[in-house]
Amino acid sequence: MSVVISVENISKNYRLGQIGTGTFSRDLEVWWAKMRDKPNPLLRIGEKDHGDRDDEELWALRDVSFKVEQGEVLGIIGRNGAGKSTLLKILSRVTAPTTGKIKVKGRIASLLEVGTGFHPELTGRENIYLNGAILGMSRKEINLKFDEIVNFAEVEKFIDTPVKRYSSGMYVRLAFAVAAHLDPEILVVDEVLAVGDSEFQKKCLGKMGDVAKEGRTVLLVSHNLAQISNLSHNVIQLDNGRLVDAGNPDVVISNYHQRNTDNNSSMYKYTGELSGESKCKIIQVRLLRNDRLPNNEFPMADQLIIETQIWAPLQIGNMQFGFDLTTISGIRVAVGATWIKKYNLELNPGLNTLEVKINSIRVAPGEYFLSFGLYKLPGDHHHFLSNCLIFSVIEKDIFQTGYLPTGNSQGLTWFEYEFYYNNLMTMESK
Amino acid sequence: MEKLDDFFMMSQQKNSSMQDEDWDMIIESQRSLLDLRLGELWRYKDLVMLFVRRDFVSIYKQTILGPLWYLIQPLLTTITFTIIFGSIASLPTDGLPQFLFYMSGTVVWSYFAACLTKTSETFVQNANLFGKVYFPRLAAPVSILISNLITFAIQFVMFILFMLFFVLQGSNIHPNLLWIALSPFFVIIMAGLGLGFGIIISSLTTKYRDLRFLVTFGVQLLMYATPVIYPVSSIPARFQWIVLANPMTPIIEAFRFAFLGAGTVNINSMLYSFGFMLVVVIAGSIIFNRVEQTFMDTV
Repeated sequence: MSVVISVENISKNYRLGQIGTGTFSRDLEVWWAKMRDKPNPLLRIGEKDHGDRDDEELWALRDVSFKVEQGEVLGIIGRNGAGKSTLLKILSRVTAPTTGKIKVKGRIASLLEVGTGFHPELTGRENIYLNGAILGMSRKEINLKFDEIVNFAEVEKFIDTPVKRYSSGMYVRLAFAVAAHLDPEILVVDEVLAVGDSEFQKKCLGKMGDVAKEGRTVLLVSHNLAQISNLSHNVIQLDNGRLVDAGNPDVVISNYHQRNTDNNSSMYKYTGELSGESKCKIIQVRLLRNDRLPNNEFPMADQLIIETQIWAPLQIGNMQFGFDLTTISGIRVAVGATWIKKYNLELNPGLNTLEVKINSIRVAPGEYFLSFGLYKLPGDHHHFLSNCLIFSVIEKDIFQTGYLPTGNSQGLTWFEYEFYYNNLMTMESK
Repeated sequence: MEKLDDFFMMSQQKNSSMQDEDWDMIIESQRSLLDLRLGELWRYKDLVMLFVRRDFVSIYKQTILGPLWYLIQPLLTTITFTIIFGSIASLPTDGLPQFLFYMSGTVVWSYFAACLTKTSETFVQNANLFGKVYFPRLAAPVSILISNLITFAIQFVMFILFMLFFVLQGSNIHPNLLWIALSPFFVIIMAGLGLGFGIIISSLTTKYRDLRFLVTFGVQLLMYATPVIYPVSSIPARFQWIVLANPMTPIIEAFRFAFLGAGTVNINSMLYSFGFMLVVVIAGSIIFNRVEQTFMDTV
């Protein structure tokens, strides 16, 4: 295995003052005022004078180093503003780093957006050539792949129609199809998989998987952690422009979640102001064991009680409460709700409590998220807590056989089962 | 954290063992000023041609007269000039038929003007594209030169047809074959001047948007400082140096001399234009090269 991308101490610095005022006359005005030791004439009253603003710097990336090997799929995760997009922009040579070096072996193609450079007046055919060329394909390469692209996008009939007449679905399909048929050694992808209907998304994911299997190197940025953990071999996490974690996808993703949720994750508490609220709020959620002690580790098949406190501004009937359970990589495992059980939830002004008692936890060992929602009617949602609590299910000898379900091959859930045996015919053994 | 350290350690070890390998590309903060990557531009020649096609096809889509506009524009300008400057103001035309005199000036000047104004919008017009994908940025201005060259060719053919018409009518026109043979060279100087000035302005517009307004206006003013509507010979000798300092002056005069047989031309002024063009193109490329690397941060 050889290293094909070597990122060495990359930093990117945006100097806020560097941008100037945007017009020459104003820059002159500011400069003239500065020459006479007058304050900046364009500042609003009370605003701080930044002068040269040499100190006002924004480090979008700071000393980031990592390596990517031939054929590796590297996932890049991090919160908004962590520096993911800046890193991709530098890798795709849209902007230059402030310091540091990136060495690359092979041709790099980047997909920060699908359909870059599509012209509405041109036909599908012309746009395939134009977009392909923008992405770095030669005319010959596009000729070879043309039919494949058209088939993939399912737009045979409209290939000579200007794309402004396309439906948005067709447009996106065509755009992705061109991108998906790029043949670079290294592909840099930014969340473009989130396009089209779910059918087409599946197709795109399949295509991405194929690309990875062909031994091409892929750098992938996505907020969809399930996608990342499915496709990547390694994951790096950025935070505030720094590389904070790197390695095995599941480990990094789980660390990422732990960093993002409160330490006291067995309990959620609403800290905002309630007076003047017109909507109901979930103000506290705790997870309790069957002995009513708060906990965030539950053995398989044990009881789990979700205890919620809901604040209501007035008497309100027929409220709906729902929760869902997802894996840390974002796969929804189970849902529960008052509307499913036809439970009539009536809230009184002030504090109310609602408990959900789950009799037996039927999921595989691992870490899970709980999200909660409070609705009046569909669409009239009062409070939604996404990935509010994290808890672990720990392995247990559920069948009392001495077998502990450990390791990665447990699936997502489990059930009770028995074996029955019958002898239909006995043959003489020789 | 231990794991992270391991990862870095591994990286470091790899680093030392990798040093001898050769890399295809190195992304750095500033590449050298003269590294224009023309080889890369050549690799993207298909893209340049597709840009040309795009500009050509898309401009006149959904218009009734379509490509006829390429002919209508210079024709109307010529007629206007003939009426205003020829008939009303009675400016001299070096003894040439007024219509041909103004048409030659208009057609040649409009190629330079179009190259200059269009390339000066490179960064602002393509901000979205440049922000999403890398290709040699020079592909955009170069494609503009080429698509305008096609327009110029169409208009020039029209001019030649009019010229032949006037010759058959027995007008006082003496095309000079030697200078006609040199005319592609004039086109190159003109394209170079347009490109050079255009990319300098486009690089500056990433910082100062006012320049965009100045360009349209400035090009118009510049036309009056160029012998488009008057011949150099009509300028008093004391002031001729002002008009001759304009690198476009020898080009227009040379075109007239080549195809119509009247104009103030000499080798020195042509060399002056050529030298001017080289300086502008080199300066422009250097500025452009510098700006293209980080302009996304300021637009």
